[in-house]
Amino acid sequence: MSVPGHLNFYIDPARCIGCQACVQACTECDTHKGISMIHMETVDRAHSTQTIPVVCMHCDSPTCAEVCPADAIKRTPDGVVQSARKPRCIACNNCVLACPFGVPKMKVEFELMMKCDMCYDRSSVGLKPMCASVCPSQALFFGTREEIEAARPQSAPIDRFQFGNQTITTKVKMMGPRSVAGARPEHLDVTAALDPNPPGRSISLGVLNGSH
Amino acid sequence: MSTPPSNLLPILDRFGPHLNRSSPVRLATEAEPDRLVKTHCCFCGQQCGIQLKVKDNVVTGFEPWYDFPFNRGMLCPKGVKRYLQGAHPDRLLTAFKRDTSVPEGFSPMGYQEAITRVASEIGRIQKTYGNSAVGVLSGASLTVEKAYLMGKFARVCLKTPYIDYNGRLCMVSAGAGNKKAFGIDRAANPWSDIPKAELIWISGANVAECAPITTEYVWQARENGARIIVVDPRITPLARTCDLFLPVKPGRDIALFNGVLHLMIEKGWIDRAFIEQFTVGFDKVAEHVASWNPAKTAEITGIPERLIRQAAEWWGTARSSFLMHARGIEHHSHGVQNVLGSINMVLASGRIGREGCGYGTITGQANGQGGREHGQKCDQLPGWRDISNPVDRAHIAKIWGIAEPDMPGPGVDCYEMFRKIDKGEIKGLISLCFNPVVSLPDNNFIARALGKLEFYVAIDFFMNETARHADIVLPGSLQEEDEGVVTQIEGKVIKINKAVDCPGDARQDWRIVQDIAAALDRPTGFTFAEPRAIFDELRTASKGGVADYSGITYEKIERQYGVCWPCYSEDPGGKPIDHAGTPRLFEPGSWNVVAKGAGPFYFPDGKARFNVAPYTPPAEDVDTEYPLMLTTGRVVSQFLSGTQTRRIGPLVDQYPEPRIEMHPQLAERMGIRDGDWVTAESRRGDCTLQAMVVTTIRPDTIFIPYHWPGRKSANQLTISAQDPISKIPEYKVCAARIRKADGPPDWAGHLEPQQG
Repeated sequence: MSVPGHLNFYIDPARCIGCQACVQACTECDTHKGISMIHMETVDRAHSTQTIPVVCMHCDSPTCAEVCPADAIKRTPDGVVQSARKPRCIACNNCVLACPFGVPKMKVEFELMMKCDMCYDRSSVGLKPMCASVCPSQALFFGTREEIEAARPQSAPIDRFQFGNQTITTKVKMMGPRSVAGARPEHLDVTAALDPNPPGRSISLGVLNGSH
Repeated sequence: MSTPPSNLLPILDRFGPHLNRSSPVRLATEAEPDRLVKTHCCFCGQQCGIQLKVKDNVVTGFEPWYDFPFNRGMLCPKGVKRYLQGAHPDRLLTAFKRDTSVPEGFSPMGYQEAITRVASEIGRIQKTYGNSAVGVLSGASLTVEKAYLMGKFARVCLKTPYIDYNGRLCMVSAGAGNKKAFGIDRAANPWSDIPKAELIWISGANVAECAPITTEYVWQARENGARIIVVDPRITPLARTCDLFLPVKPGRDIALFNGVLHLMIEKGWIDRAFIEQFTVGFDKVAEHVASWNPAKTAEITGIPERLIRQAAEWWGTARSSFLMHARGIEHHSHGVQNVLGSINMVLASGRIGREGCGYGTITGQANGQGGREHGQKCDQLPGWRDISNPVDRAHIAKIWGIAEPDMPGPGVDCYEMFRKIDKGEIKGLISLCFNPVVSLPDNNFIARALGKLEFYVAIDFFMNETARHADIVLPGSLQEEDEGVVTQIEGKVIKINKAVDCPGDARQDWRIVQDIAAALDRPTGFTFAEPRAIFDELRTASKGGVADYSGITYEKIERQYGVCWPCYSEDPGGKPIDHAGTPRLFEPGSWNVVAKGAGPFYFPDGKARFNVAPYTPPAEDVDTEYPLMLTTGRVVSQFLSGTQTRRIGPLVDQYPEPRIEMHPQLAERMGIRDGDWVTAESRRGDCTLQAMVVTTIRPDTIFIPYHWPGRKSANQLTISAQDPISKIPEYKVCAARIRKADGPPDWAGHLEPQQG
């Protein structure tokens, strides 16, 4: 069994409402043993309600697997980067430190790294992963390219990300405004976006402060 | 008599709230469920379809129900974790009686003995003080069948006028406004019209946290090119990316609606043909809003004038639109006027009754819609009939098999019932699905009033905070232990299916009520064998009413994934028909039972009503002593008074305790930093909670979520001012002040987050 090639995972952070239905539902996947393998980032709650759901991006050349000294992390031919294999994982934390997206989590109580496996028991038989099933805003979407193109004319997918000198291509796609993503940029420069005070974050504050 | 033990710890120890985290069956992944039961969520008014996994008579988890059209598998965190309310250590498995000899204040008793005691106390009070000395409180999370039965139980069995329900805290302003303007009280459009609109106007609705699935409909509208306008004192998660945010001062919504209508008229952005053909009363409203120029509107609402002009232009010139509102404009001492103001804007635009042109109030509770239609409201009989109308009384009296004069007249709203308890007019109380010491405003008064009752019986599945005041607690049923219908956000009647049996001595609520009737020796009319039999009587009772359910059957609901009322069993000529229901109201040329073909609206002339909606400030405005506005609301992981959700571990973890949201400008002025203990005070009470300092709220406003009891309760501070028409309390604004607390409150470190 493998994830059918025509089904893709898309993330649209602009849609996220921070409800954590994804995080809660992740624990309900039959193979996750009650543990959530994803998380939700609150970007800067003091100034914004913006949140971002973080699932594994399932990289074509997964950094987590590349740095694993025990060869415990496998990428199956359908492009899914699996959770660490218990007999091999030595709980060294290399993957946790190396992943540019901050996805793998060390479960000290099990001496095991656990990460999002796209709910492999579900997605490998064509079912949606739990998070994308329940997501009330569909910031997490699992379906065909045709479906998302038809439903989201204002957005377009990106799957190449630049972190310093490293360019990463991912199976999971990030939706951006069509005006940017639709122009097919070579990649999204993540490092450059790490400015602690990007312009426009406090977009509505002037209104609330009474400055007309 | 009805006073809980002063030391809370033993009662918390015995009855919780404790946290249920996960079931061992669930974690044993090899354990396949015995079956999946297609049903709906037990919480909000969206009523998402869900499949419950059942093993050995326990709900062990869920599986998305992808085929149910409204939510297509989507759920919020409450829906995901709802199964943890079952097989819960706090579940009441027997009846309990007040027992002052034990520290927890209650000891178990046999079910039949409890019923006998309840009947004997009700009988005694009614014999001593009259039938009206007993009151009934019920709720809008009950199925339509139970809601109908409670109304009938009060009027026929107890012969008391005093029944009201917790929808009084929720939907009544919307209901009253809709009746005045449209002659019918229901969201006018299916949610599928939202993505077809090019402008979405959301007033006083934290959609992302209180109706999360509706978010996807709004985002889909945006993908289709729609603009989104949000009116709120806080930048809610949905407001973060809206096209226009209007940061209204709490309690000033009507001024904004009047100001926008003023500009629409001035600029000619109104649909004169629609107004002429389909409405009455426009001229008076136009005259009234003439003084609401942008400068005055800006001054009253606190919204910059240019934003008001922008909003009016977008609303005025849109070709299609969907306006929705919720408690944010309804929880006010002028809640009905707020609703009428928003409807005036819709009617003037002419954009209603067509595809992509819609209006709707977002219902709060599971059966917020159906629970307000069939007679558990104090002034209402089934089918949205009027208990003061002789024709309506005669119709229902006949179905109930009683003489019309024997039917009590209108009662009073639930808050007024507590005033009557306080004055000694109501001596006995039966409650089901209502937790007023957490949910009613100025709740220290509610707790004091409960202490004056001679006898109080609470029916619930957990020992909720109000039940702690009871003399007898009867073990009721969870939603998944019974069947019946509820009516969701779109006016669509859907079917709740039974997944498991009640544990221990717990009983389905309708059986408990019938057992009390039997023990009172007044069983006539209360011998139903199953919910379907209650539904059949309700269908007959609602026939010919505005909320006509006569054409709805359990089978039709299943076949169609729900049926929108009105659903007629006969055509206008009296010939039986198979009617599919009415997904969209007010379509041109449509027939209804009131207009009888004269027009699409539910008045004899078929026309909608414009209503002059005058602005009045909140009942308690700010002053130098209490200079801040306090507004209250919900968080996504909790529901209402928390009886269920404060017992579900993962939901409590997500947002453990209430915090006071405030703007950094205010915090700085008061020397408060994020996380500091802060005391908020009003003229009625105070509470000490941690500060949450965020720029996403108006600097003149503080926000506290209301799901917690005791000293953590926001409703210690809120005001019991009510709308004169709907009687909804003014939860959304009162005067308050804050100061940095001297230290943590007494409960810090002693009580768990969910307790109080």
